[in-house]
Amino acid sequence: MRSVRRLLREPLGVFGLALVLLVIFGAIFADLLTSWDPTRINPRDRFLGPSTDHLLGTDQLGRDLFARVLHGGRIALYVALVSTAISLAIGIVLGLIAGYGPRWLDNLLILLFDAMKSFPTVMLALALVTITGPSLTAVIVVVILVNVPGYARIVRTQTIAIKTSEFVTAAQSMGASTTRILRVHIMPNVIGPLVILASMDIPVVIAIEAGMSFLGLGVRPPTPSWGSILNDGFGQIRETPWIAIAGGLPIIITTLGFTFLGETLRDVFDPRLKGR
Amino acid sequence: MSGSPILSVRDVQVSFPVGGLTTRSAILGVAGVSFDVHRGETFALVGESGSGKTTLARAINGLQHVSDGSITFDGERIDVLGKSGMKQIRRRMSMMFQDPVGSLSPRMTVGDLVTEPFRIHGTEGRNLRDEANRLLTLVGLPADFASRYPHQLSGGQARRVGVARAIALNPSLIIADEPTAGLDVSVQGEVLNLLNELRERLGLAMVIITHNLHVVHHVADRMAVMYLGRFVETGETEAVFAAPRHPYTAALLSANPEPDPDRAHDRITLPAEVPSLLSRPLGCEFHTRCPWAQSICTTAQPPSGNVACHFPLEPGARPPSKKVPS
Repeated sequence: MRSVRRLLREPLGVFGLALVLLVIFGAIFADLLTSWDPTRINPRDRFLGPSTDHLLGTDQLGRDLFARVLHGGRIALYVALVSTAISLAIGIVLGLIAGYGPRWLDNLLILLFDAMKSFPTVMLALALVTITGPSLTAVIVVVILVNVPGYARIVRTQTIAIKTSEFVTAAQSMGASTTRILRVHIMPNVIGPLVILASMDIPVVIAIEAGMSFLGLGVRPPTPSWGSILNDGFGQIRETPWIAIAGGLPIIITTLGFTFLGETLRDVFDPRLKGR
Repeated sequence: MSGSPILSVRDVQVSFPVGGLTTRSAILGVAGVSFDVHRGETFALVGESGSGKTTLARAINGLQHVSDGSITFDGERIDVLGKSGMKQIRRRMSMMFQDPVGSLSPRMTVGDLVTEPFRIHGTEGRNLRDEANRLLTLVGLPADFASRYPHQLSGGQARRVGVARAIALNPSLIIADEPTAGLDVSVQGEVLNLLNELRERLGLAMVIITHNLHVVHHVADRMAVMYLGRFVETGETEAVFAAPRHPYTAALLSANPEPDPDRAHDRITLPAEVPSLLSRPLGCEFHTRCPWAQSICTTAQPPSGNVACHFPLEPGARPPSKKVPS
């Protein structure tokens, strides 16, 4: 509770929180905020500029951009949420195994993490999409492959630091099983910093989704995504700049919001800054 | 003491590998010790830091691999047991660790901490909340402490929580590693009285590891003095305190601060440092520091038995003056 109050005292944190809430609100209530269908093609209304009818204008197929942006937000948040949750789960399990398990397994997993980390994200995405074809699932898999090594490494380091502490030895002396020691005695002590890291990673996830969709590796048309809207406007950026703006602005707002929020959260929970 | 001992330790050795690939060797943290602990008895292990007390305790509890010798608990040999066999033993043998707060999981409440043994070994229809209340009352803590976290406890309170957890399953043996470490003197007294009281009420046997001689005198029936992983002297606490027979014991006891300032205080000063476990002295391992050492001590191992010394001391013996450094 005290942490929440400290968060609300930080102007940057409040600003970030407001931006994030705005995006979440828009995604949840997309159907109430606009009556336009984001996928309905209307050739007579192509390239209309922003007006009271079409708040952000229309694209080359006459689709309402405001509706597409709101629904694109759903995709972005869905990818961010699902892939972060799965990455955290896999990262925690692998990190605990690497940190607590035998040395050879630790070395093997570290090798695996380093190998995964050494792939440039775009190359990884291209390689995967070449095999599976572009899809939302491909985006999520790419994000998981990018995120897991980092999370697992943090959990591993924390586990190694904690596993020789007296309360773990005490649990062993009581006869606690390895799974119980990991789940009850170690995991609660490694999860805090990890969640903050994950919240700071969300802008990266959203950028990966937008980037892959921009390159045509992600969400398939006609499903709206901020990346594909940006791509739609990219060709005619001189004639009809509002399309590119409609795609780019929400990316900026969301990444900024999550970054501010994440950084403030990190400062608020960092014990070294307590009592400031 | 009658009947078979609850714990019987015979010639136990614990070795640790040291060195790299080319210079691999092993040091003996515990170099062959034997003792018995009977039901209802308190046995104290005394020695300075690095003498192998804690390693021995961890070996008895199965946290440390025993490289030689045997440990028998309640008639069953336990140093050869596997994980599941040892789990059954741990219902009846609990251990308390040095750091009162650090041995408690920081994210668990006191209520969860004291009932953790039940969760590990099966609750058998017990109401965990009632059990927590019962245990907290037993160690003299208010029941509403159950919702607190370890960082909200003082050292003495945390130690009481540790005691409550150790007695939760009604064990026959408690191994307490420095039960008074980090507590101020009045709280030390409370904790010791609590342990004594519980031992009488529950019929526990206890092994107490400490370097605090007042603690030994206060609670132990018998004691053993450790030096470089071996026992140099074992005996009834009263007898050892009244007339130490081994020079090291004598020096240790003479270094014990007395609260009475007027009392004569003849300290026996030991020259030199504790030898490294990597190069143990030949003969009697204490000869490098012993004021009474003779030539035989540098070559021949002292006799085994209650006093590992070629020339056990007479009561009140003082070191020969020529050997005492200025």
